Amino acid sequence: MILDIIISGLISGSIYALLAIGFSLIFGVARIINIAHTAFYMVASYCIYFGTHKLGLHPIWGMMAAVILVTLFGLICYKLFIDPIREHEAAVLIGTIAMAIAMQEIMLLIFTGDYLSVPSLIGGYLKIFDVKVFYQQVLTFGMALLILAALWALLMKTRLGLAIRSTAEDREVANLMGMNESRVAMITMGISVGLAALTGAVIVPLTTLSPFMWMHPLIMMMAVVVLGGLGSIKGSFVGAYILGFAEAMVVFLAPMGAYLKGSVALSIMILVLLIRPEGLFGVAFEEER
Amino acid sequence: MKKTTVSWTVLLGVCFVMAMSFPAWGAKTIKIGVIGPMNFVQGKGHWNGAVMAMEKINARGGIQVGNKKMKIKLVKADSNEFLNVMDATNAMELILTRDKVDFIVGGFRSEAVLAMQDIAMDYKKIFIGCGAAHPKLCLRVAGDYKRYKYFFRGTPFNSRYLVKTCFIQMATVGAILKKVLNIPKVKVAIVAEKAMWVDPMIKAAQGFIPKMGMEVVGTWRPSAVATDVTAELSAVQRTGAHMIFTTFSSSVGIPFARQAGELEVPAVQVGINVEAQKDGFWKATQGMGNYVMTLNTYCRDVEANVLTKPFVETYIKRFGEVPTYTADTYAAIVYNLAPAIEQAGTLDADKLIPIMETREYLSPGGTVGYLKDAEGRHLHDLKWGPGYLTSLGVQWQDGKLKGVWPNRWKASKDAPAITYKGIVPYKIPPWVIKKYKK
Repeated sequence: MILDIIISGLISGSIYALLAIGFSLIFGVARIINIAHTAFYMVASYCIYFGTHKLGLHPIWGMMAAVILVTLFGLICYKLFIDPIREHEAAVLIGTIAMAIAMQEIMLLIFTGDYLSVPSLIGGYLKIFDVKVFYQQVLTFGMALLILAALWALLMKTRLGLAIRSTAEDREVANLMGMNESRVAMITMGISVGLAALTGAVIVPLTTLSPFMWMHPLIMMMAVVVLGGLGSIKGSFVGAYILGFAEAMVVFLAPMGAYLKGSVALSIMILVLLIRPEGLFGVAFEEER
Repeated sequence: MKKTTVSWTVLLGVCFVMAMSFPAWGAKTIKIGVIGPMNFVQGKGHWNGAVMAMEKINARGGIQVGNKKMKIKLVKADSNEFLNVMDATNAMELILTRDKVDFIVGGFRSEAVLAMQDIAMDYKKIFIGCGAAHPKLCLRVAGDYKRYKYFFRGTPFNSRYLVKTCFIQMATVGAILKKVLNIPKVKVAIVAEKAMWVDPMIKAAQGFIPKMGMEVVGTWRPSAVATDVTAELSAVQRTGAHMIFTTFSSSVGIPFARQAGELEVPAVQVGINVEAQKDGFWKATQGMGNYVMTLNTYCRDVEANVLTKPFVETYIKRFGEVPTYTADTYAAIVYNLAPAIEQAGTLDADKLIPIMETREYLSPGGTVGYLKDAEGRHLHDLKWGPGYLTSLGVQWQDGKLKGVWPNRWKASKDAPAITYKGIVPYKIPPWVIKKYKK
């Protein structure tokens, strides 16, 4: 049973990590609380469905097209709806909620509420110590690690990363030093939405498509981000696995209460916040700033 | 002069208000509200069934009400009840106050239908529930007849009978497993979504499965909208279950079937999986839902009586898919409401109720009759069993949904064996055979 919990926890933790990292990134850099983050993930999933089922594309091409299209769509949304109100955090919050609901309603109109699915990139499963795991899950886990490594390299080893980090550290000083803060924020938004779309791409074969599929991940992602410390990428990564393991433990240890797995994970977040209000890595993040 | 103009204006205003307030005055149509989650398959079923009923009745000139023929007009109401019960109650309120419907059919989630039921009762309008299974809906009728007598169950029969039918189907499949795979005692895992209608079924299952000579190895309650159930499936596999008793009415039925199929979990699935009743299930599970068995009302090529085939075939021709049970709004209108109105010669709900609660009639799903409780009080709940409604057991077999139950089913030792036309043998998934066959 312990092995089951570890494997299940690692897999769901990776999924939450993928979503939470993108969300954390844009918050850290531009102080944008993008509630529509998981809605972009939902739109990407539908794009993949449309590409593979309606246009007959190979899933890989469908996924690549979806990531590119949704990233562009995210940038347009940013320029039109977020950028003009960026200085007002509450307005951004409400604006992104409205954007998410609009995306949901548009998908509902186009695809109805019927549950849909797309085929796995790699079908079948493998056995790890007698626990059956989908290849697709292994791929998701690998992708999460790969994306984190790529993100780390981008932030630490490139000029763009330097610009992003300095903007995150102090927007005004970055501006005074000649950096186009607005452009950096836009690029970061592109990376963030791209990550959401990429998450959609690797997760969609494991899930069921519906216009409401963005809601549950949003709650879990917010929990992960708050638990890890707002804006901390490292915190998001660690928080995602904590909640992933918490969910797996509920299913295996209290099967009658399996539906409570989300609630238990959120309770853990509240408990941690009571002890450490800034989240697990909140202080470290503030110190970095 | 000025005084006359004012008087005329007031009179015209009064006439306008009266005309707006009583649009049913002199109306030649019977307004039927069709309420359901219209963006989902269940709501589409409600609507499609009602449209078919309207077309059929209007084609013959309408319903004879006393000395005049009245055509049917449908009013669509999106209850959005999967997401928000408040939306459902608002939709119900709206069709009763704004559209002033005469009757209502539909509703799906028990939680929402219970709330909608109260509103319909406030307005004393007949509401035929076509989706919710919770017994409370009809227990309310017996408990407070004066208030709740306007509610009738149209489909499905209540969850007590649903679980009874499931047990019979489980026993049938259990006997096949024992015979073919030489399993001495079949182990059953109960996997049920977290929803109100399921609660009484779980209690019944935990108590009754051991009496059927099987062993309950655990109960799992995933969320009704869970998208990943691999953890639950791993836990089920650890128990060594041979059979999974499923009770899903929501989207969780798709990932459960898909992931169980892809992981080749060596346990057969029997029970209720509403998503598996739909034509789109095969595609939604990417073909991994093969061999899933579920309770169902209709199936291509299976006939419960002479009305089944014409209904199913016309529905497929009209809407391109096999009807789900919520499409029984058709039966509710054509075989329940319309004849009762013609018999009573009025739309007055209080005069229709005594006729509706005593009539027995044939519908595409079987013979419909209404129950009384042990004290002889009207329940307005559906009769179950041979001669009445029994439902079907259907199984996905290589991309096609096939009827597998009732197949030589005997309701009691001396009862005649029942097999509906078009029923085929049940198939055990090959990976289950591989795992257990010695």
